[in-house]
Amino acid sequence: MANTKAPAPRPLSPHLQIYRWTWTMTMSIFHRVTGGALYVGISLLAIWLVALASGPQAFDAVQGFFGSPFGLLILIGYTWTLMHHMLGGVRHLVWDFGHGMEPGQRFAMARFTLIGSITLTLLIWVGAYFLR
Amino acid sequence: MVDNRYDTSRTMRTPLARAKGLGAAGHGADHWWLHRMTAVSNVPLVIAFVIIVASLAGSSYEQAVAIVSHPLVAIVLILAIISVTNHMRLGIQIPIEDYVHDKGWKLAALIANNFYAVLIAVACLWAILKISFGRVI
Repeated sequence: MANTKAPAPRPLSPHLQIYRWTWTMTMSIFHRVTGGALYVGISLLAIWLVALASGPQAFDAVQGFFGSPFGLLILIGYTWTLMHHMLGGVRHLVWDFGHGMEPGQRFAMARFTLIGSITLTLLIWVGAYFLR
Repeated sequence: MVDNRYDTSRTMRTPLARAKGLGAAGHGADHWWLHRMTAVSNVPLVIAFVIIVASLAGSSYEQAVAIVSHPLVAIVLILAIISVTNHMRLGIQIPIEDYVHDKGWKLAALIANNFYAVLIAVACLWAILKISFGRVI
């Protein structure tokens, strides 16, 4: 057993830069990046809720930050990230059932993820603005 | 997490035995399944969450307390926190297992991931319950 043969060299698959860039590759990366951003960003929700539970003074400080231009930018960015990850997730669920695998279908779904997430973000913020 | 893969040039155990041992992660499809289940529960809960947040935008302290402490809002928020923190814990585990190759760092990252998810969940749930129980209907 001491002189077992080394495993046969396996064929290597070409790496990412060999392939033509596609919508599905971009949206695959977007899905991971948005997931990671949501993971970090949820701490803002925890801070907001704990501030609300801590009393008016803490709440006003945090609410003041979210109402500032920079705070609003973060919230709008977080909304888009959330919508994009949600639609991307639905796309993955469709694939889990074995549908939408054909080239035309999967590129259309990938494009829809981006267009849909931007549309939903605009609708939410325009809606929130007019409901004021 | 546990590396229980066999070197098939050194063992009589077959790939089938490995599959029966629940695969490379030792957990079978449990991780995948809970990730999908929380993905499904996230969809309605996140939509409800966005509506709740929109109603909270620019509100005063008293208005925010009144909204968050409403039984329906508080229960939906609690469900959303449970679903989302579990989903994100399972989700971030995947890139850790994909990209962190050093076993020590991988273990540290997996532990940190779990601690962070639990910290977020407990902080949010504590706050929602404190605000809710303070309300006299």
